Amino acid sequence: MTLLAERPVRKTAPAPPKRRKFSVLPYLLIAPTLLTTAYLLFYPLVRNVVISLQEFGLPQLVRGDAKFVGLANYAKVLSDPEFWAVVKRTLWFTAINVVLIMVLSTLVALLLVRLGKGLRLLVMGGLVLTWATPIIAATTVFQWLFQSRLGVVNWALVALGFEEYRDYTWFADGEATFGILVTLIVWQSIPFAALSLYAAMITVPQELYESARIDGAGAWRVFTTITFPMLRAMFGLITCLEVIWVVKAFVQIWVISQGGPGQATTTLPVYAFQVAQSLQRYDLGAAVSMLMVVLLVLALLAYFRQLYRQEQET
Amino acid sequence: MIGRISRTTAALIVFVLSVFPVYWMVLTAFKPTKDIQSATPTFFPIPITFDHFGTAIAAKGFFSFWRNSLLVAGGAVLLALLVALLASFAIARLQWKGRRAFVLMVFIAQMTPWEALLIPIYVIARDTGMLDTLWILTLVYFMMTLPFTIVTLRGFLAAIPVDLEEAAQVDGCTRGQAFRKVVFPLLAPGLLATSLFGFITAWNEFAFANVLIIKDQDDRTLPVWLSSFNNTFGTDWGATMAASTLFMLPVLLIFIVLQGRVTTGIVGGAVKG
Repeated sequence: MTLLAERPVRKTAPAPPKRRKFSVLPYLLIAPTLLTTAYLLFYPLVRNVVISLQEFGLPQLVRGDAKFVGLANYAKVLSDPEFWAVVKRTLWFTAINVVLIMVLSTLVALLLVRLGKGLRLLVMGGLVLTWATPIIAATTVFQWLFQSRLGVVNWALVALGFEEYRDYTWFADGEATFGILVTLIVWQSIPFAALSLYAAMITVPQELYESARIDGAGAWRVFTTITFPMLRAMFGLITCLEVIWVVKAFVQIWVISQGGPGQATTTLPVYAFQVAQSLQRYDLGAAVSMLMVVLLVLALLAYFRQLYRQEQET
Repeated sequence: MIGRISRTTAALIVFVLSVFPVYWMVLTAFKPTKDIQSATPTFFPIPITFDHFGTAIAAKGFFSFWRNSLLVAGGAVLLALLVALLASFAIARLQWKGRRAFVLMVFIAQMTPWEALLIPIYVIARDTGMLDTLWILTLVYFMMTLPFTIVTLRGFLAAIPVDLEEAAQVDGCTRGQAFRKVVFPLLAPGLLATSLFGFITAWNEFAFANVLIIKDQDDRTLPVWLSSFNNTFGTDWGATMAASTLFMLPVLLIFIVLQGRVTTGIVGGAVKG
């Protein structure tokens, strides 16, 4: 999170320079950053735009004589019903994940505020452990948890009386795989959101809560009239970040299902990669990923607006 | 009273749900194969075995994948640290035209959707002959961690009072000496924390490692190797979980080392995405 690292700067920001003389030193210092960013970030982005405007398949990759075709790739992608199915699925996937993440994280944060020291440290320790789990380790473990014959989830479900889950193959069914991916992403995302919200919640002055309670407000009322309004910017910020992270979630999906079974878990980044890698249509893949960037920029603009607001409020 | 019991129950449920997958991974790694395959799973590691770790370590290429991951992540972090130190000094300590624009660029760069750049970077790597080399991965990871490193270092740097430097300069140090002798030692913990989080990002990265290292399988990194465990271990879940545990170990150690300094502020950008 950038905003927290940003804050101390204000206090100690250097006073206006004593010498008005122009100095090249700062420009020399940022030169390496500018050069590497230009080559490793800006150039690939421009290259992506260029590829998306060319006919760029395997022959062009090998020979390197791609021709410009204008917006033909975009026209092709946008007129493909499959693309729109993917967009719809991506929006669904994002909505479900983000709502679950935000609701559950808020509940966990509210719980943390109310816990005694020992239990709070225990829960926070658990959350940090989840946070520390590498994505690849987590995906591997989830495949094992939901394994059909020996997986502990099926065993538990059967033990609870759901006989139909005996040897149930989760990854053969589209909706089940979708559900597992949502579970995985929500599980991985809660620590960051919950701990950030908790950190924000303890900054709310305690007197506000006390006076509300004296006025007889219940927990829900206290949340809607005090906690949420006070931390509106923080909630907005975290929601934006989660939207961005979920939209571009690629590794979990690719490793667990490669977008399958069928197309059941193909979201935009997975689709762009499939088109480029399996069909070797780099041009169409580049066009899809540019469209995804547009979608993300919208979320990003919202994020920067929230960041700005947060800075204003603190 | 009832409130307290339900809070405690809720806390325990949250704890168990967040810890269980990791617990199950480590537990499976230590379980004898016959316990892993029994119809009724056991929830405690009795008896324990180290066989699965042996299988994982003996797997073909295990040490070269380990070395590749270390090289790539370590190289990326060192590069990022060097470049970011210069830039963050310029932002935190100097006044110049274009400073705000530069900071904004860094913030935007930090939000780069790298997943959208898989295709052009693959093409560029191919054109420049860097495909299937660890160089290209090092460069990509360097760029991934650079903006975050600048932002955090700038925060640490800004927290060190300028007066200290000025005092040193009054006492006859040059600006460079003042930085080296006064600021740098104070900055060291910040450098350590920042680089370790950058290291985690690079250590965990999968998407680019998966695309850019194709032909030369010996040049793969640990995440890609782990994701293909089906080819390596078949249905040997004990060995797979042992390999995952070993892979997670450095990350966990870093979290424990930084425990005191782990604030949501530092971690956010590094660990996710």
